[in-house]
Amino acid sequence: MSLKTLWHKLGSPRWFYELSGPWTTGFGVAAALLLAVGCVWALAIAPEDYQQGNSYRIMYIHVPTAILAQSVYMTLGVAGVILLVWRMKLADMVLACAVPFGLWMTALALVTGAIWGKPTWGTWWVWDARIVSMLVQLFLFFGLYALREAIPRADAAGRACAVLAIVGLVNIPIIKYSVDWWLTLHQPSSNLLTGPTMPSEMYLPLFVNIIGFYCLYAYVLLASLRLEILRREEKTQWVQQQLQQPLPQQPQAV
Amino acid sequence: MGGHGLYVWLSYGLSFLVIGLLVWRVRSARRAFVRQARARAQRLSAEPQAK
Amino acid sequence: MHPKRKSRLFLVLFLLAGVGITVGLVLLALNENLNLFYPPDKVVNGEAPVDRLIRAGGMVKDGSVVRGQNLEVEFVVTDHAGSEFRVLYAGILPDLFREGQGILVQGKLDASRTLVAQEVLAKHDENYMPPELAEMETQAPKPAAPSLPGLDEAAPLNSGGGA
Repeated sequence: MSLKTLWHKLGSPRWFYELSGPWTTGFGVAAALLLAVGCVWALAIAPEDYQQGNSYRIMYIHVPTAILAQSVYMTLGVAGVILLVWRMKLADMVLACAVPFGLWMTALALVTGAIWGKPTWGTWWVWDARIVSMLVQLFLFFGLYALREAIPRADAAGRACAVLAIVGLVNIPIIKYSVDWWLTLHQPSSNLLTGPTMPSEMYLPLFVNIIGFYCLYAYVLLASLRLEILRREEKTQWVQQQLQQPLPQQPQAV
Repeated sequence: MGGHGLYVWLSYGLSFLVIGLLVWRVRSARRAFVRQARARAQRLSAEPQAK
Repeated sequence: MHPKRKSRLFLVLFLLAGVGITVGLVLLALNENLNLFYPPDKVVNGEAPVDRLIRAGGMVKDGSVVRGQNLEVEFVVTDHAGSEFRVLYAGILPDLFREGQGILVQGKLDASRTLVAQEVLAKHDENYMPPELAEMETQAPKPAAPSLPGLDEAAPLNSGGGA
């Protein structure tokens, strides 16, 4: 299938619904397996750090949630552009369904960061550029959530959220480069692509957990999208036919 | 865990609580929706003339 | 592309560019103020105000830590580039505090530019390794003097965009 036909097919929620069923199950199973392996590896097998001892193990949760928080925000930005320019239904649904996951990931990154900060830095919280820009992102997620609730007309709410999502994209490079542009308490990132700043026995579980969190995101987003499609298309014949079937089309994994 | 156990377990515990909540929420919402939508469909087919 | 979509796309790009430029200018104007702490050279050259609550950071100079009675401690913070200042502190130091470690102190500078600290925080870098590996590395000759993480990259920007 060419990219162009894929693009046109994405305009059909029904096509997406029928295609995404097995993928949802697959991502769910993969997320459960990878996170189980990654966390056991991180907690029990990876060696202690020479400076921080065991507290550095929080990194195996903190780093993936922080990466995911930003990936979710980027998804929202891209969906916002697609919605405003092409008016694709699916983009509006992504804009609605990805917000809670992103909000929780941002909150987890901030909370695990605070918990990690206490034993290593000596403080839960400090107003440095990295932490504040991440807090701004949390408020952007809250804003996206509240905006949709506040506007009763669904299409107007979608477009307002799209504009806010696009405006908030500006914060992404600020979060990423805050540790390089300004003096912060937060350390620079361990670059995982151009050679990690840790040996493989510490870095592999981190890698497993990052992939695991991405799979979890894919699972939660696809499952929410499928539910949203059923909701919005309830009156159509194909949804009525889906409803007649016994439940197993819903993935039972995880 | 050398005195840091509480911090580590707290981080992991909170994260898995949130993950569980997110997964449970979407799955239970789907079950609830399917149940309600089926009931609506049945009502409609039971009284097709009523309008 | 459909002309209507094309114009909407331009509108979106215009929005993004506008917001980006605005935020960029604001950040440039605020640049100095967004630093969490003063590096040692700014404490030495007088940019850091005296007798006001400030944060300053750098590396704990090797061999400079002197412990007194009742958790009193005195040490020198350096940037390994010739600038350093003295810190006086009485209180519990973070676990990671040691000579050569990047740290951040909050307190007031006195007239002799000694920082009387109320709080000492440890900064750690993005390098992680098991203890055995770290031991091997300290026995091997050090490749370069340790620098304050994040300081080198930040320095040119700070001198470029003034407040």
